[in-house]
Amino acid sequence: MTVHELRTRPADSKRGDASDGGALAGQVGGRLSRVDGPAKITGAAKYAVEQQLDGLSHAVLVESTIAAGRVRSIDTAAAQAAPGVLKVLTPDNALRLNTATDWLGTPPPDVPYCPLARDITFSGQHVAAVVAESFEQAVAAAALVKVSYDEAPVIADLSDAKAGDGIPVDAMTKEWGDAEAAFAAAPVRICAAYNTPREYQAPMEPHGLIAQWQGDQLTVWEPSQWLDGMARTYAEWFGVPFENVRLVSPYIGGGFGSKAFAYGYGAVAAMAAKMLGRPVKLAVTRPQTFTAYGGRAATRQTVALGANAEGQIQSIVHRGVNETSVDGMWVEPLGSVTSIMYATPNFSSRQNVVRVNSVVPGALRAPGENPSAFGIECAIDELAYEVGIDPLEIRLRNYAEQDPEAKKPWSTRQLREAFAAGAEAFGWSKRSPEPRSMRDGNQLIGWGVAAGTYPVRRAYGEAVVRILADGSVEVESSSIDMGQGTYTILAQTAAETLGVPADNVVVKLGDSRYARAGVTGGSRLAGVMTGAVHKAATAALDQLVGLAISDPRSPFHALQPNTLVVTEGRISSPRGDGPDVPIAELLGSVGRDRIEAKGDTMPANSTPEERYKNYTTIAMALPHTEGDYSRHSWCAHFIEVRVDEDFGTVRVSRVVSALDSGRLYNPKLAESQWKGGIIMGIGQALLEEGIVDRRHGRIVNNNLADYLIATNADIPDIEVISVGIPDPHSSALGGKGVGELGIVGVAPAIANAVFHATGMRVRDLPITLEKLI
Amino acid sequence: MRDFSYLRADTADAARQAGALPGAMLLAGGTTLIDLAKCGVAEPETVVDISHLKGLDGISVDGAGATIGALAKMSHVADHADIKSRFPAVSEALWQAASAQLRNMATIGGNLMQRTRCPYFRDPANFPACNKRSPGSGCSAIGGVTRGHAVLGTSEACIATYPGDLTVALVAFDATVHLGERQLAVDDFFLLPGATPEREHAIEPGEMITAISIPASAAARRSTYLKVRDRQSYEFAAASAAVGIEFEADGRTIRDLRVALGGVATKPWRARAVEEALKGKLLEPDAVRRASLLAVEGAVDHGANHYKIELAPRVVARAILKIGETA
Repeated sequence: MTVHELRTRPADSKRGDASDGGALAGQVGGRLSRVDGPAKITGAAKYAVEQQLDGLSHAVLVESTIAAGRVRSIDTAAAQAAPGVLKVLTPDNALRLNTATDWLGTPPPDVPYCPLARDITFSGQHVAAVVAESFEQAVAAAALVKVSYDEAPVIADLSDAKAGDGIPVDAMTKEWGDAEAAFAAAPVRICAAYNTPREYQAPMEPHGLIAQWQGDQLTVWEPSQWLDGMARTYAEWFGVPFENVRLVSPYIGGGFGSKAFAYGYGAVAAMAAKMLGRPVKLAVTRPQTFTAYGGRAATRQTVALGANAEGQIQSIVHRGVNETSVDGMWVEPLGSVTSIMYATPNFSSRQNVVRVNSVVPGALRAPGENPSAFGIECAIDELAYEVGIDPLEIRLRNYAEQDPEAKKPWSTRQLREAFAAGAEAFGWSKRSPEPRSMRDGNQLIGWGVAAGTYPVRRAYGEAVVRILADGSVEVESSSIDMGQGTYTILAQTAAETLGVPADNVVVKLGDSRYARAGVTGGSRLAGVMTGAVHKAATAALDQLVGLAISDPRSPFHALQPNTLVVTEGRISSPRGDGPDVPIAELLGSVGRDRIEAKGDTMPANSTPEERYKNYTTIAMALPHTEGDYSRHSWCAHFIEVRVDEDFGTVRVSRVVSALDSGRLYNPKLAESQWKGGIIMGIGQALLEEGIVDRRHGRIVNNNLADYLIATNADIPDIEVISVGIPDPHSSALGGKGVGELGIVGVAPAIANAVFHATGMRVRDLPITLEKLI
Repeated sequence: MRDFSYLRADTADAARQAGALPGAMLLAGGTTLIDLAKCGVAEPETVVDISHLKGLDGISVDGAGATIGALAKMSHVADHADIKSRFPAVSEALWQAASAQLRNMATIGGNLMQRTRCPYFRDPANFPACNKRSPGSGCSAIGGVTRGHAVLGTSEACIATYPGDLTVALVAFDATVHLGERQLAVDDFFLLPGATPEREHAIEPGEMITAISIPASAAARRSTYLKVRDRQSYEFAAASAAVGIEFEADGRTIRDLRVALGGVATKPWRARAVEEALKGKLLEPDAVRRASLLAVEGAVDHGANHYKIELAPRVVARAILKIGETA
């Protein structure tokens, strides 16, 4: 079998990062270690619910023990009388809140909002809350709240007969050509159903908050992927101006999509704080993290591929279903990868959502692309075996030279390079094509490949850059760092732009009083914020140089230069013929204690309303196919599994992934994020599943002993290879998305490797041992 | 707040006396008790802290066997040179249990007293029915999520799996539990659920585990613990086997064989039928696989846990062949 058109990296191609041999650690593209690392390792970093406030009281949630029905009555007498209890909140005494604008910017209906439910639509719904002087008193009293219910029949999950076919989501329909006819006419056809279960973000730091009112000013310490969005929600709930709400979130112990929104428990805590006139802490317990907000929706896809005898796809017919809640709407876009990964003249994708008794699902690393890739990347593997060609070769034969859906050229698509680099590093050419043909004792060995992609999401951000009297630099932004490295790359950006050492830059994030930022999600933050900091830092540098040229007190004044340069924190003339002074000295001589510049990347004529909308909703985000190009990150995963032939246990023994995220602002941190995504993908493929008791509609493995995420022992060495090149159409500094990309394609690569190892095709995640024995 | 009394015992006798108080529970490493208290299953009136008792954490090994104090930590026993050389299955079972952090805290006595991971047992707020927790209230697991539940030793009242690893090895090698003066075979210490699943151990109020002892044997010296699980670490067994073997002088004929199962039964499960079928026979793969099927004689599944009936004999066979074929 020959693998055609594989190219390795040409000697003259530049990645725009340290691998070119140029960038210093403290510059963009350098491998600077996380600047927030020491604070986290030593415990100095203080997380939201660790704040010590005078008069702090503690709220504990009471959750529904049924999944469908109505609260008949709540008896709070015993809880009220319990020691230390300050308040028992129920729908009867709750404050009347307003419904808030949603994240898409949809104007809310003019109906009151109550975070405590009378109508029960899922098990674990908040029905009451107890606030007490101590956490232990609140826990004990919460157990004394007696709730009686009128129960209704439960729709447990997608497979429940009562769930039905669901509601068509017309916005998800994509059609070109005549897919059904072309499929029917294709000489080679495969069609199969692929399922993914409920999965959860399981961040190391559980959710929770401290809320404190001072008059009509609300301060909320809460881990947040979106300070301005959450501040808007709190403000609208309580009918106070947006400016009156301050969100504080300097450190976040992982979010994975789950910390972008204010949830009902936040409303409970802020309400209790207002009613009591005291700060209230509400720490969501680990079991509650399975129902206080949603994980990834369970999905079901049918993928039909029609091809010719050479494996060239003639038609893709795709049907998807995801579950949503009874009273909320979550669409997990299941056709998102299906429609762009391979060239096909005929295509049809449609999607339904099915209402079940669960909390409304939410975002989990690469929502949409992740399950979508599981369908199409397993299906094309099945087609490869059906046609009898190599799984890598079939991907190249169907390589999409432009976006098949948008019919636009890719901004950059280094996927062919990813296949080449990954295959070479993995040794793919040594693969024996037959299933069950590689073994080591009792271990069946399988090699699988799959591709992944994630769109480049773009928005606008703003930042403040300050040069202080001592020559140090401050960067302020209400964007956040949840572990991905924002502190570090913004320090690098400011350092490089201003010409100062990175350790002279202090980055302040995670406070909604700082310059505004939109959501940290969809892998957009790095591209948005490096652009904003670059702009602000450039403006600050212009001010600095302007002062040095024009101020009569400046040592450069006599020189009358056209410009000056700043390197290593010192100012000099480009010709080197004048003074060479530290920034601090210059500021001192011109009598300035600081230079401050705000930069934002919004269009110049933007109105205040547009700015507010940009930072508090995603309505202003630019489509990835806006203008002349289609913009995406790409990757190829090559994975080896070992399957015990007697026990059915699958272990991943080798991973080589080649990824195109454009230019890397910090390769060390990008590699970490990719590896984190791959690790989550291994957990998704082999372990993770929210298990529902179908009688009660309740997740029974709602803890980290029973909801299995990968441990170190499950993870082999992972090799990641950057094949990206700067993409000027995707961001100011040439990067594309990093954080979501790594997980996309991992599960299908593992499923494909399991088939190669065993000859058994498992289409339901996770691939647990009973599916193989 | 739920108040309880905390007593710190200075002597074993004081601990026994306090432990006899109504609603009293002993606290050693705390890895089970604190966990169960947090999920609302354990609601002690009195917590008797025995973790400071002197002289109960020793590990001694001589020609007659091993004696391990009740307060010895799992990690210490697992790493003990003589345990590793003379009772490798015991060391291996401990190494593969829980996590490093838990093994550093948990004691051997407490390990014997650990309770099931049945999710219904552990969630009283949502599942009031549990015969183990509230005798006569019913079993929420039957008809529910049963992937991890037992296929051996179950009853109509309870199908909860015994979760531990260490005791599987102890049962295989005829270990004894010391309750002060009284001694019980480990196999008799653990009770089948029958109609009284709330009673898991043959320990009486006022009794306390002081030690376990394991008689030396050639089979124990040539032993292994094989644990098959969904996740490679920090995970309970889908099925496990403790196996020890002794050959006749010819080096091929099986003189003594010990087989016990974990992860599939309501208590650590000695598989004597497998042992009897192979004693006196040559170690041959086909014969071993056939005999290993006897490990699950009488097994009853509840749907999602059917795989355990397939899996357990394969684990037994692999373990026997592994230990039999390595010199």
